[in-house]
Amino acid sequence: MSKTEFPPSIRSRPVYADLEPRPGRSHVAVADGEGAEAIVEMLDKAADRPAMLAALHILYAPGPNGTDQWDSLQALGAAQCFRAPTIPTLLPRLGRVVADAHMGTQFYLAGTEGLIGQAERDIMATGFPHAAIQKEHRGSTVRRMQCVHCKGITENVATDPFKCSHCGLWLFVRDHYSRRLAAFQGVNIDAEDKGEIPEPVVRFT
Amino acid sequence: MSGGAKLPVRVAEVVQVNDLIKRFRFVTRDGSPMPAFSGGSHTVVEMDDHGTRRLNPYSIMSDPADSSGYEISVRRDDVGRGGSLYLHNHVTPGMEMVISHPVNLFPLDTRAKKYLMFAGGIGITPFLSQIAQLSHHGGRFELHYSARSRALGAYMDRLTAAHPDRVHCYFDEEDQRIDLPRILANQPIGTHLYVCGPKGMINWVLDTARAAGWPEPALHHEEFLAPPVGDAFTVQLAATGKTITVAPAQSLLEAIEAAGVDAPYLCRGGACGQCETRVIACDGTIQHNDHWLTDEDRAEGQKIMPCVSRFAGKHLSIDR
Amino acid sequence: MSLDFTPQFDGFFRNETFRDDFTYRNSPQNIRRFAFPFDRDDYMYSVNMEPHTPGRPGSVFEHTFDVDEHYVSEMIDRAKVLAQDPLRCQSLPHMTLAGWDLLELIMESKARDYPQWFSLEKDGNRWRWINRPMGIDQTFTFLDESTLPYGPFEYITRQTQGDFSLQDERDGTLWMDAGMITSQADWSLDFDIGMNFHEWHAPVPLAHEMGVFDRALKFLLKLQHGAPVRRYNWTMTVNPLLDTAPETYPEWGHMRTLPTQENMGHMMHLRVELQGLFRLPRSNAIAFSIRCYLAKFEELVTVPKWGRRLHRVVRDIHPDVAAYKGFLRNRDAMVEWLSKYDDGKPTSPGWWPDDEE
Repeated sequence: MSKTEFPPSIRSRPVYADLEPRPGRSHVAVADGEGAEAIVEMLDKAADRPAMLAALHILYAPGPNGTDQWDSLQALGAAQCFRAPTIPTLLPRLGRVVADAHMGTQFYLAGTEGLIGQAERDIMATGFPHAAIQKEHRGSTVRRMQCVHCKGITENVATDPFKCSHCGLWLFVRDHYSRRLAAFQGVNIDAEDKGEIPEPVVRFT
Repeated sequence: MSGGAKLPVRVAEVVQVNDLIKRFRFVTRDGSPMPAFSGGSHTVVEMDDHGTRRLNPYSIMSDPADSSGYEISVRRDDVGRGGSLYLHNHVTPGMEMVISHPVNLFPLDTRAKKYLMFAGGIGITPFLSQIAQLSHHGGRFELHYSARSRALGAYMDRLTAAHPDRVHCYFDEEDQRIDLPRILANQPIGTHLYVCGPKGMINWVLDTARAAGWPEPALHHEEFLAPPVGDAFTVQLAATGKTITVAPAQSLLEAIEAAGVDAPYLCRGGACGQCETRVIACDGTIQHNDHWLTDEDRAEGQKIMPCVSRFAGKHLSIDR
Repeated sequence: MSLDFTPQFDGFFRNETFRDDFTYRNSPQNIRRFAFPFDRDDYMYSVNMEPHTPGRPGSVFEHTFDVDEHYVSEMIDRAKVLAQDPLRCQSLPHMTLAGWDLLELIMESKARDYPQWFSLEKDGNRWRWINRPMGIDQTFTFLDESTLPYGPFEYITRQTQGDFSLQDERDGTLWMDAGMITSQADWSLDFDIGMNFHEWHAPVPLAHEMGVFDRALKFLLKLQHGAPVRRYNWTMTVNPLLDTAPETYPEWGHMRTLPTQENMGHMMHLRVELQGLFRLPRSNAIAFSIRCYLAKFEELVTVPKWGRRLHRVVRDIHPDVAAYKGFLRNRDAMVEWLSKYDDGKPTSPGWWPDDEE
């Protein structure tokens, strides 16, 4: 699947760029779904591919749409390559990897916004500057949403409005995004006029 | 008022630290506490050098927790424009002077897991206040400090006595070099790097760190430029209708002030951006000497930093 | 809910509510000193910052932190909000020193400006703080968190009118890394904490394109200790709700459907934010105070100049701005009600009532 083009939006909405190999003493790549393609293409651009592979740790989970490109990553021959069944099972291993990382480590995130955002949040927590983490969107555009009212997170939101999976309020989808929560903001759509809920439209696929 | 709030002070103490460096202690004239400040701050010292007004920035090196006074260390520059010579030769205890409120262009990132510091020569001064601040709040740091010789290694004794495992000293005379690649390779994630010293050292440290994969937001440096000496030039001040001539050992900012025109400034060393001025007409070459304007700004030729930059050519008109 | 302080209304401070029965009012003398934010008959976003120097006696500009007749009741309302939702006050771990800076600034200012209500005695780092209107007498050690019942930021902002945020300066921008936000104009601290200047202002329409935030940020990065600045912002609120948080929007949002021509004067409030910005000395952070003043339309029109001007501002405002501020649905009704107080006469420049020019 090709790279994603997002329409212009507000300044808090994350933006993405192509992954580029950068010099470093070690490399950590985290991907889900079609993000595997971005990792493969990034390695194709490496000036010294064997050296990069020898210092590369890949963490991968299938995408929310079921896309599983594990084989293409496993075939690369990286020093370490790990497949998690889901993003929540991938994150503890990422936490372990970053806890002992040194400055000079390069981070490459690719795939859906849910995966990218949560990996970025956990890497940031070490004090590593978030602006130095590379991020490339590939695959599904479903969103990870926080309900601003009950604070519950609803994963893989496809429609706008959507029903909060925790408190049941109907929420409209904002582009306002919190790196700290790794989520977009959902706000009750019928707070002023109770029961006036527009027909949900599929905006994210 | 340009330059912000001022502090009227008295010189409490002048100490010869070594052959090149003197330390000056400023206290308030009425005995009240000095304002608190953050490690890495500087103050701009105003001098009346026999009719020439000089305003030079110096890092405050004293402990931010000590509100009884501020201390600066000044390296004598025998070939410069004369600010350091004035301080060395004419400033004595008891003199009344005016300094600016502290301004910090070299602050510590308080989220850092560790601070990795590199100082060269007089570039040690901002680290002295930063290390004092970190010592109070339990911050983790490692300092690599190089000087020409043991005799010129100002404050090395007190630093190594207080922090024997964290301070590492190097002397050019003894062919000692900082093993930069080794040091950079072992820093925990979340470390921030700070460097202050000669231009060559700053570039070497930053370039080596970048090549080792250190991210730009974790790299910090401070370098105050002394306004360079150059050829005299003439400038039209469009807003006030004056035409001034900038003398060889005078900065454009100083010439504007000498003409009685109030212009904004903070650091007077090309770093803070406060004095940025719009160029209205330019037939010639602006000699951009600052760290503030981007390459695109310079290419457009619409802005000048009068604290350090000069001009050569037929005509320059600025919005002041 | 039990309070951890003992309110002393003492004849000056009003005992009133900002919820349920909404007994909030301005006394006639307090209307005269209302922070009316329009110095001309129209409104558009601008940077509009000016030095926060002591202003005319009796006005909201007289002191660094204005204390008025609503002080004690506002602090009770804040305690109620925090009891329901502690996430309205958060400080990221690296902001503790900035919290001490703010505590010192507020305590010194209030003890200097209002000696009848506040006092601060210092013996080195051993400080004694007395807040008489709240019945507080606290001895503590400056810079030692273990000697206060809350962190320094929460401790002092539980005793100070207005919301506060602390901005850390890094990478050429400001990061909102702490906040006490219980009287906000519909934004979530819990969501926005940790964002930079452009990110937390991202939802504001038009102003980004106008370059307002670029200019404001450039100005603020040069803010110096000892030289604070201030600016106005404003919106409209139905009922005197201090706490219009997105978290509780499902509870208060329906109130926007209630205004009619009959109740407009009593129910619709001009909500003014007097924002103060202070560079803090030890932390190099910037404290941002967002003081909320509420006045009913019927209170405002007792000043003829304000009645005329408010009508013209609301009538002519850009619809995107009205929508962002949350009063587009009531705008026409507001204009209709206010038009009765606009006889078309010219207004004088500036904020003040005409008889005080």
